[in-house]
Amino acid sequence: MAVRRQPSKAELRRKQAMAAALYPLDWIEERSGLVGATRYFLFRKVPADSGWWHTLGSASLTAFLVQAVTGVILAMYYKPSPHDAYSSIQNITDDLTLGWLVRGMHKWGASIFIILMFLHMGRVFLFGAYKYPRELNWIVGVMILLLGMLEGFTGYLLPWDQTAYWATVVGINLNGTAPIAGPWLAQFLRGGQEIGANTLTIFYSMHMLLIPGAIIGLITLHLYLVIRLGVSSPPWSKEAADLKRADEPQPLRTGLTQPVVRGGGGPE
Amino acid sequence: MAEQDNLHDEPHLPSPTLWPIGFAIGIAVLLIGLIINPLWLSTIGGGIALVFGFLWARGATAELRGRAAHVEPERAEARAAAVHPPAGERFSRNKFLEFSTLGLGGVIGGIVTVPVAGFAVLPAFLKQKKHEIDVGPVTDFAEGQWYVATFMFDPSEGDVSRRTAFIRNNGSTGNVPSFTIISNRCAHLGCPVQANGPSGAILGMKDVIEQTKNGKVTLSPTVPAGFGCPCHGGQYDTEGNRTAGPPVRALDRYDFEIKNGHVVLLSTYSVSHVENTGAQAKIHKYKLVGPGEHIDGIEQVFYPLNPPHH
Repeated sequence: MAVRRQPSKAELRRKQAMAAALYPLDWIEERSGLVGATRYFLFRKVPADSGWWHTLGSASLTAFLVQAVTGVILAMYYKPSPHDAYSSIQNITDDLTLGWLVRGMHKWGASIFIILMFLHMGRVFLFGAYKYPRELNWIVGVMILLLGMLEGFTGYLLPWDQTAYWATVVGINLNGTAPIAGPWLAQFLRGGQEIGANTLTIFYSMHMLLIPGAIIGLITLHLYLVIRLGVSSPPWSKEAADLKRADEPQPLRTGLTQPVVRGGGGPE
Repeated sequence: MAEQDNLHDEPHLPSPTLWPIGFAIGIAVLLIGLIINPLWLSTIGGGIALVFGFLWARGATAELRGRAAHVEPERAEARAAAVHPPAGERFSRNKFLEFSTLGLGGVIGGIVTVPVAGFAVLPAFLKQKKHEIDVGPVTDFAEGQWYVATFMFDPSEGDVSRRTAFIRNNGSTGNVPSFTIISNRCAHLGCPVQANGPSGAILGMKDVIEQTKNGKVTLSPTVPAGFGCPCHGGQYDTEGNRTAGPPVRALDRYDFEIKNGHVVLLSTYSVSHVENTGAQAKIHKYKLVGPGEHIDGIEQVFYPLNPPHH
């Protein structure tokens, strides 16, 4: 008959150490519930047969985070004025330690971000994952894609070389040919009648503040919807496409014309 | 909470109404008016849209404001089947606080946002500087000779304000000097148009360099067969008429005057086409618009209003 062994001293100490290490987390959890929220966010159930295709979304997110971080660092050395812009880019690339690497990450990462978003979009389309109830998330995703391309357009001017300048002239004038609002949009983008110093600072501000802010907001909404609605299983799955989390209340309204189905313990 | 539940139980579709049609007609009249007669027709259209828009909004919110809305029979049945909770206070303290918080928040937000949004947008449209560009004395321009003139329209802005024009002295008709001054901004998408032909040293001619109040002005003699754009292949003849490629009109031109014996470029204007050449040219002149914008033909209806330009 096995006698229940007393925990050894070493085991006790390990337990104490664990408790001490977790104490800050407990402290935070007790006051904010943030630890639980993070677990709820990260430790979700996903369909058993979701695979590598489902990683394209988080790959896009990673690419965006790389752009954000490298962009912030580049902004420490870049000077958005017609006189200094090109020489500051040269300085970053040729003189500053590892500047070539960070600028290269930002430059090539931009293309990777767009490519990954398109692949992610293709996956969602081919898997039919945009269907009810995820239509809104498709719409939000399209908005992120458009803003991402606007980032490409505004970022292209910043090196302030001949390619950048003339590509932007053509890009602005293309916008200018849009019916009715076009000429006004073009003049706003130019910051006046002529391309000049204002154009560069306007593009810089949009590129590093306005559009990234909007993208961060939309990514938050995108992720919220992913968590609320769950990950859809692939089309070849034998599981039902839309497994609900057990702890999630059913939606209050399934539609204007359908009868309302109430789940169990809803909050009201 | 009971009220909230009720909001979810019952579908809230708007009652059938004809007001949106009147609203749409008003908007259509307003847009057509922008082209035909902005003052009268657009005002009338705007008025129609406002009136019908108000009626539409009134109809759509009737239920929210506690009025009985017109309901189709089958929906009336569904509605009758639903259980209504007893009506409480019509305008409770909660509601008052809710509305005043939202209202005051909206007002404060507006006071903060409107000037900031104005600052974001308006400087691009208002107080635009007018430029006069001195490109050197008339005697620098040999009669009948083309020059590629490069200059800064605003030396305080530096090289970013460097522009190019093609200038030819047509001689004087009577006592009035005549110059052809063509902007090198392509009428397709604004790339720099080049002279199709040799220039400067190849011709055995020297560039003329002048220091004027517009900084260094370079006049490079050239013998163009026409002008061509490197970006998308637009081609023009020596009067700036489009001969091939994607441009939608002729090249823009500069107004000019002779001041103290100097050629001074004034504002730019757009040109649909030019008949005849040189001093006899009949220029079909329009207000300056952006590259790629049609100024004549049916396509001009796409650009009814342009930002103000010098």
